[in-house]
Amino acid sequence: MRTVKADPKGVLTGSHYLDGDYALAEGALAAGCRFFGGYPITPSTETAERFSERIPHVGGVFIQMEDELASIISLIGAVWGGKKAMTVTSGPGFSLMMENIGLAAMMEIPLVIANVQRGGPSTGLPTLVGQQDMMQARWGSHGDYAIIALCPDSPQECFDLTIKAFNLSETYRCPVFVMADECVGHMHEKVVIPPADQLDIVERKWYSGPKDKYMPYKNDADGIPFLVKAGDGYRFHTTGLTHDERGYPVINAEAQDICVRHLCDKINNNADKIIELEEEDIDGADVVVISYGITSRVAFRAVQLARKEGIKVGRLRLITAWPFCEKRIAELAPKIKAFVVPEINYGQMVREVERSSAGQTKVVSVPHCGGWVHNPLDILAAIKESVK
Amino acid sequence: MTQEKQDTAVNPLEGFLRMERIPHIWCPGCGIGTVVTSFAEALKKEQLDLDKVAVVSGIGCTGRVAGYVKLDSFHTTHGRAIPFATGLKLANPEMKVVVFSGDGDISGIGGNHFIHAARRNMDITVICVNNFNYAMTGGQVAPTTPMEANTSTSPYGNFEYSFSLPTLAEAAGATYIARWTALHFRRVTKSIREALNHKGFSFVEVITPCVTLYARRNRLGDGLNLLRYYYDKSEIVHNADTRTLDITYQGKLVVGKFVQKEKPTFLDAMNTHLGNVLGDDYQLYGRLNDDRD
Repeated sequence: MRTVKADPKGVLTGSHYLDGDYALAEGALAAGCRFFGGYPITPSTETAERFSERIPHVGGVFIQMEDELASIISLIGAVWGGKKAMTVTSGPGFSLMMENIGLAAMMEIPLVIANVQRGGPSTGLPTLVGQQDMMQARWGSHGDYAIIALCPDSPQECFDLTIKAFNLSETYRCPVFVMADECVGHMHEKVVIPPADQLDIVERKWYSGPKDKYMPYKNDADGIPFLVKAGDGYRFHTTGLTHDERGYPVINAEAQDICVRHLCDKINNNADKIIELEEEDIDGADVVVISYGITSRVAFRAVQLARKEGIKVGRLRLITAWPFCEKRIAELAPKIKAFVVPEINYGQMVREVERSSAGQTKVVSVPHCGGWVHNPLDILAAIKESVK
Repeated sequence: MTQEKQDTAVNPLEGFLRMERIPHIWCPGCGIGTVVTSFAEALKKEQLDLDKVAVVSGIGCTGRVAGYVKLDSFHTTHGRAIPFATGLKLANPEMKVVVFSGDGDISGIGGNHFIHAARRNMDITVICVNNFNYAMTGGQVAPTTPMEANTSTSPYGNFEYSFSLPTLAEAAGATYIARWTALHFRRVTKSIREALNHKGFSFVEVITPCVTLYARRNRLGDGLNLLRYYYDKSEIVHNADTRTLDITYQGKLVVGKFVQKEKPTFLDAMNTHLGNVLGDDYQLYGRLNDDRD
């Protein structure tokens, strides 16, 4: 993994008052993203608008595609063309992208998709918040593969985590999701963008051996294959079919085992390196509240109130939702009385907490169907109930 | 063996094909291979730098073309070859990007992408092998199946109106459009050469027999017979009004070069327009390899 300093052309250094959607676009530009294929959808559209306004000054392409099927696959083409690429969407568009998210996973394409989540299912609540696409992010396309998903809780993190998302995508050669939500996307806050020379950017893992020896799916020592750019004389092939190291289709169970195992293992085996959590007062806690995105800010209020009532409450915020921090949960489970998991869905990530706890502690879901954030008092009530 | 004999034993397309993947999966009598040969011939005659030519295919019988050509070649998802090609072309404008796919892929599941790439005058070439049915999955009815034709999902004959692809292409904004049958080998080659040289969205449709499914179900004889039949039924009308190109079951086929006109491509229009509006603030896009160092 080789890092370089960010290209100053894309970095809007300074202190800004931005909404989360704009901050996603600024994060992408700072990370070196020079191709954006988008399709408008509330509440994510502002990211595309910002990118389309900024890119002519930076050098790159914004194209508004005819639908989300086209926007996601235009990114895959652009990555093979040598660019870093991003798109942004929300639930209904995310559903449409699933087909080629699978292709990106199969072709091992580094790209970033931000999902500014709204309430679903279907058209649902276009302008109101949800966190209902968390399982879809992990399992939405057919077949087995692994992805990485990050959850910003503020406009500042929309900027920071988009850069991180690009860096992870280049490191592990896979699609990475920034799972924002409508509240974070539309919230205006201070966003500090550092000078370019303070931003470490992971470079694409370019192949540099003999041209006729290049194999797009031959793993390097770190388990991740090299990439090349089309047009540079490698004359390679790649496919969405199960393939061998050369990228040639091979339709049998042995090839499938190698191919699929690799797609999953390259993420799962590096989970410890990938996962980032924010923890507070976990040691000695009776209850740990697990949350992510906007809900972590609401849950913080509930935690404060519970502490005032003398309950020992710790906080664990999932900055990385996928891969899931199953080891950490398993480690904490026998030491505490309960996990409390508020999220703006009818209970999604809580299933992972239950699975990882393996019956060693109580797991309390605090579901919310979307449209607004939790009332902190509802989370407080769950905390109090859980320690009884 | 003499040197001369050894030379004749070499497949004339060897430098162009991934020989380790031959034999291919296409049926005897299928016309796709003929179109691939025309394409190879066109590349050879144009003396293009093959390192700078990419082939993008979707899914289906013709979708397998990408797997056999020794170029940067991409076998993508069903219907999505054109937006993939759009991303590739925009990211690396120095490349010639050719979409090679079937009628179902391009005009059925990928129909929306087809019209929008044409509308943008995206600088790519689309070669569509039209065999009137979804062949890879067993010969089902397609948007191009002529009325009355029997397919595995129109077992009593097709009663849906079909697309005329050149008509659709012109209405959407394509700036080069030709149609031939696979037996018009030299004319197909010439059209592909023109398409490769054309700046903008170029479209070449090639009518081809599907001997195993479409022909057998409709009792139309073997591949060569059907190739010959299509050829004999065709009438060359260059610059024909594309509204007159409907294909009827075993009826007359109007072929030729229908459209060839100049219009700024997506990238040219982008650079001109943004340059005019933003002046020196605009970072002209599309210089070669501008992102590698």
